[in-house]
Amino acid sequence: MSLLEITGLTLKIAGLTILDRVSFSVASGEIVAVTGESGSGKSMTALSVMRLLPERAVVNGHVMLEGRDLLALPEADMCATRGREIGMVFQEPMTALNPVRTIGDQVMETILIHRAMDRDAARARAREVLDRVGLPADRFPLTRYPHELSGGQRQRVVIAMAIALRPKLLIADEPTTALDVTTQAQILDLLKGLVEDYGMGLLMITHDLAVVSDMADRIVVMRRGEVVEQGETRQLFARMHHPYTRMLFEASGHRVALPEPPPPQPLLEVKNAVRDYRLPRRHLLRDPGHHRAVNEVSFTLNRGERLGLVGESGCGKSTLTRAILGLEPLQGGEILLGGQPVWSGQRPNLDVRRRMQVVFQDPYGSFNPRHRVERLVTEPFHLLDDPPRGAGRREAIAEALTAVGLQPGDARKYIHEFSGGQRQRIAIARALIIRPELILFDEAVNALDVSVRARILDLLADLCRAYDLSYLFISHDLSVVRTVTDRVLVMQAGEIVEQGATEQVFSDPQHAYTKALIAAAPRLPEVGAA
Amino acid sequence: MLRYSLKRLLSLILSLAVASLVIFFVIEVAPGDPASFMLGINAQPDTVAALRAELGLDVPKAERYLSWLAGMAAGDFGTSYTYRTPVAGMIADRLWVSLPLALYALTLSTLIAFPAGIYAAARRGKPGDAVVMGATQLGVAVPNFWFAMMLVLIFAINLRWFGAGGFAGWENGLLTGLHSLTLPAIALALPQAAILARVMRSALLDILGEDFMRTARAKGLSRRQALWRHALRNALIPVLTIIGLQFSFLLAGAIIIEQVFYLPGLGRLVFQAISARDLIVVESVVMLLVFAVITVNFLVDLAYALVDPRLRART
Repeated sequence: MSLLEITGLTLKIAGLTILDRVSFSVASGEIVAVTGESGSGKSMTALSVMRLLPERAVVNGHVMLEGRDLLALPEADMCATRGREIGMVFQEPMTALNPVRTIGDQVMETILIHRAMDRDAARARAREVLDRVGLPADRFPLTRYPHELSGGQRQRVVIAMAIALRPKLLIADEPTTALDVTTQAQILDLLKGLVEDYGMGLLMITHDLAVVSDMADRIVVMRRGEVVEQGETRQLFARMHHPYTRMLFEASGHRVALPEPPPPQPLLEVKNAVRDYRLPRRHLLRDPGHHRAVNEVSFTLNRGERLGLVGESGCGKSTLTRAILGLEPLQGGEILLGGQPVWSGQRPNLDVRRRMQVVFQDPYGSFNPRHRVERLVTEPFHLLDDPPRGAGRREAIAEALTAVGLQPGDARKYIHEFSGGQRQRIAIARALIIRPELILFDEAVNALDVSVRARILDLLADLCRAYDLSYLFISHDLSVVRTVTDRVLVMQAGEIVEQGATEQVFSDPQHAYTKALIAAAPRLPEVGAA
Repeated sequence: MLRYSLKRLLSLILSLAVASLVIFFVIEVAPGDPASFMLGINAQPDTVAALRAELGLDVPKAERYLSWLAGMAAGDFGTSYTYRTPVAGMIADRLWVSLPLALYALTLSTLIAFPAGIYAAARRGKPGDAVVMGATQLGVAVPNFWFAMMLVLIFAINLRWFGAGGFAGWENGLLTGLHSLTLPAIALALPQAAILARVMRSALLDILGEDFMRTARAKGLSRRQALWRHALRNALIPVLTIIGLQFSFLLAGAIIIEQVFYLPGLGRLVFQAISARDLIVVESVVMLLVFAVITVNFLVDLAYALVDPRLRART
């Protein structure tokens, strides 16, 4: 008998079918990954098992945990099951912990709420599981608060909470999506180790096929609330019966062909750039000191070149981006665009500003919801001394929208009428409309589903051909950077530790950090190998 | 925590210094001569001159400011022009009514608001929530003097449980004093409770939507346990802010209620002093209220730090 047996699970919210006859099982000691794009119902499946669904949800079918139907349990029994027999780890470690209570307190709560042990034993167990997840007592006493920990460390605390009572089943919903690649690799290792040590079943929800292929014994592929294909990992990758599975796989490893860059001619020159942040004052009379976020960074981006910038969170890539855009002053060195400084004297140089545009990560937060698309995409016009008006403005809007694969008629719509991928197209149209010499893509495809991301990458390649784009592509996703850039910079702790032609750096990394990054990144399996 | 408290204390002292300067200069220095203002337009020049001398207005401003400060620090607020008695004594008498009344009302308001807000948040969108929200809507909308009059009508005139007004004094025991403050305290507390309950509810609802509430539920806490153990303390920050504001208001803003119940409180004192152009009293009471407000803010800041460890870490 399987540990978890889901049969015919159907979920409706307000009459809308979210899950449609989902069936699969998880055995003890087995890792089953549920994968699919956003809206596929993978998270809702996990929440159905936990019975933590939104209030108006109507569930049918069976979720059997060791022969007991969880869907039929009274709420009180379900509370006794959560945390004790099923543990759950969530996606966002930064917000998954209560900020006003210590980590020890929160791990102990799992034990105490189930009255499994007395306080002293619970404290000892909390210490033990925190040690087990890699938070040793000398650096991570129980009295620490969440805000004193990094994202990866917080995720370890969440895992410790989930496994404190050695549940039979652990559900992990995108446990590493918000983390850096090296941290992701450590957390995945930890989860694998826990499954081996405790013989737990692990139900893992993830959109990342590469993570899935590394980890899972079996894979369940979902689309629009239905399971389209499931099977043992290697066999599933070898066969890929369903076209959706194949599409997911291809989109995950999507490659684009960039046109040859023109002969080198400097466009953006960053020379010994230094950016310091003041630290909070610790003592009234003592100098508060500085944190050097960008340390003596120098590089050149040539006209028509596509340059990548990779590194983990906190390495200074966003700070460098802001400095290039002239949003913040430098404390040393200079940044030139076409030979002119980005920052002249005490203020940003508008002449230079108008020749650069940026596309940000979040396609949902970066638009004013009360403005129509025509106003949104023409925002950069305020940088121009003589922006086009009337017919010229309409033509510019139509051209920009057409260039990114939308219709000129979309100009009259509001942003909520568009999907995430379409919004990112609008963000690109907004960047293109004043024909900047340089575009900065700041994690611009990270929030997108793989299939959408693949189409946006295609769009970038098309635009490179049509407009001779020069861009700086900032991302922590190595596979994307590998395909859309000619040259790449690797940044660590505020410094560029390696740079070179993209293929060269990826296939033969020189610096230890680059090697570690590339080794940590999960890889898609070679198809047809099995 | 110590560093945080010291920093707050420093800012308290600075705020008081700035506030005292502003009050002093606005009232004493800004337009016209205080003595002629206090005596009105028809005053004789020699009376004005006499008052000027009495008030010490012939001394340089800086010196006057310093001696005013020094006096206040020593408990000497000067002498009331109208009543010819030391202001300190007048204020102290009134404070013994206003401060207990404010505390009483604040306690009642908190005792009503917390359960109501928590109840409504826990039953969001259900009939219980609608009833509480309807009641608080009414509480916010209806002016407190109307409440006061209704209370007098029902509990003093019809049921005769309480007196219709006046203050029995503390000499006859704590209970007697509290008894005569009960109706005014309720009248003051209800509208404040309505506001506080709404703040409590919305703060809780914000927190209930947080990720860590889902984590708590995943550990096996029931909805109610999660609310009490994880949501409440996080929701306290906005609630504390409102409580701080309300206390300041209750201390100084009870004037209408004091009128309705014939209570000899600070509000009435200010009102009378302003009508009588008794600037020394006005100045002293305003300074005292500013002191109270700033001190309450200081205490609220300390309470923040107790509630939220992130504030303790940030110096």
